[in-house]
Amino acid sequence: MNRDAILEVKHLSKSFGANAVLKDIDFVVHPGDVTSIIGSSGSGKSTLLRCINLLETPTSGDVVFHGDSVVDKKVNAAAYRAKVGMVFQSFNLFNNMSVLENCIIGQTKVLKRNKEEAKEKAMQYLTKVGMNPYINAKPRQLSGGQKQRVAIARALAMEPEILLFDEPTSALDPEMVGEVLEVMRGLANEGMTMLVVTHEMAFARDVSNHVVYMADGVICEEGSPSDIFENPQNARTKDFLARFRAK
Amino acid sequence: MSSTLPTDYWARVVYLVTHYSASFLRGAGSTLLIALVGTFVGCLIGFAVGIVQTIPVSKQDSIIKRALLFIVKLILNIYVEVFRGTPMIVQAMFIYFGAMQYLGITMGMWFAAFFIVSINTGAYMAETVRGGILSIDPGQTEGAKAIGMTHFQTMLYVIFPQTLRNIIPQIGNNLIINIKDSSVLSVIGVIELYYAAKQTAGAYYWWFEAMTVAMVLYLIMTFVFSRLLRFWESKLDGPASFDLATTDQLAHTSGNYSYPGEGSFDKERNIETDVNGGRDK
Repeated sequence: MNRDAILEVKHLSKSFGANAVLKDIDFVVHPGDVTSIIGSSGSGKSTLLRCINLLETPTSGDVVFHGDSVVDKKVNAAAYRAKVGMVFQSFNLFNNMSVLENCIIGQTKVLKRNKEEAKEKAMQYLTKVGMNPYINAKPRQLSGGQKQRVAIARALAMEPEILLFDEPTSALDPEMVGEVLEVMRGLANEGMTMLVVTHEMAFARDVSNHVVYMADGVICEEGSPSDIFENPQNARTKDFLARFRAK
Repeated sequence: MSSTLPTDYWARVVYLVTHYSASFLRGAGSTLLIALVGTFVGCLIGFAVGIVQTIPVSKQDSIIKRALLFIVKLILNIYVEVFRGTPMIVQAMFIYFGAMQYLGITMGMWFAAFFIVSINTGAYMAETVRGGILSIDPGQTEGAKAIGMTHFQTMLYVIFPQTLRNIIPQIGNNLIINIKDSSVLSVIGVIELYYAAKQTAGAYYWWFEAMTVAMVLYLIMTFVFSRLLRFWESKLDGPASFDLATTDQLAHTSGNYSYPGEGSFDKERNIETDVNGGRDK
């Protein structure tokens, strides 16, 4: 079943000590899906994303990538992560490298591409996010929005099968949010499979084709954007969205 | 040497400098060599130990790996504590005479000096490197892992270069300490600057004058190396500004270049000097 799914999360739970952050999470991502995960801070959205990328080890349950479990000890986590891109809230660009080097290092060291090819790909994706003039800059010389666009280019340069975004605009000034969302919108239109944890309700509603609402470590409700935003069934979803509309 | 010896302070200093410069300089050279080699090898030891000590262990790892790491880390901890916790002058005699009496090994002067200073510096550097690695934002490691780097690649390409930059002041400290503290090696007969100064002083009983020369030479060495390390630091930081890379030819003439495959420096110069902009050829 679901042989065509890229990613399946099955009965996933994660506890930090006695604190259960994720409880029995289930959902599926198909190729081309743009899934937004929304919910209040502390609802476990980021932890879910980090479990999918194995930055956190799930306490129980399974993450299945193309039909194969990746939580098993014998799975090469590094090789799996190379196929799953991740964009962080705090960018996490390598401070010791220029913009161009940030986008090349993974290609040459992990994918073993040659220097020329890696540079070409890096330029291609930096141009896509509009950061090609800044290849010689160091991360500390860039604004938050610029850093995040470079981080997206770095992830894209690995040509991942799915891209995870962990609140990519939460650390940005309001005027920089737009430039990052613009890039993400472009990727979605090109058919990139994306899983986005976000507080940007407009993005969730207009760009994604699937919305997951989480609260207290469980999925309260999921469905198409119109289902969730126009006709929410769960009382907590209604509550959450009402608070957002009020702002 | 049959002429009468000078009696006032400055004349005696000048006398020592003119008559014993070779001895002082050879001593200073030895001091510098011991300090440089000892600091360099000590840094290598420190990096190796610091990196091993920060290898993350999780409950997921096999019992063999965890047991092995536990034992290795324990041994390294003992090494760090013992060599940080005892004076180098005592270590020097302990190792030198211990090796001679019970192992039948008589260390050469240079080997003994390099060995003792290196192993001492290594113990300090191990802690410095450990602190340096821990001070790097965990986001850097996560960023590296997220693009599929292994622990080793993450350390080598991302964490290590940033750690090195951050601990240069501490490497400088160690080098300066080693320039000064190598003087304790005189107790096992290593002829460095202090030993040379002491010999000269003993010949005339001019302690104050001989030590003046030694003081000045030590100060010159430590000062020069502290400045050199500052220079290295600023080089590692790179320029404070950056060039915008662009294919816009008007921008090229204002000094922006280095867009890969487009505006090399030569090409830029051609555009400036060639009235046709190089297009009509």
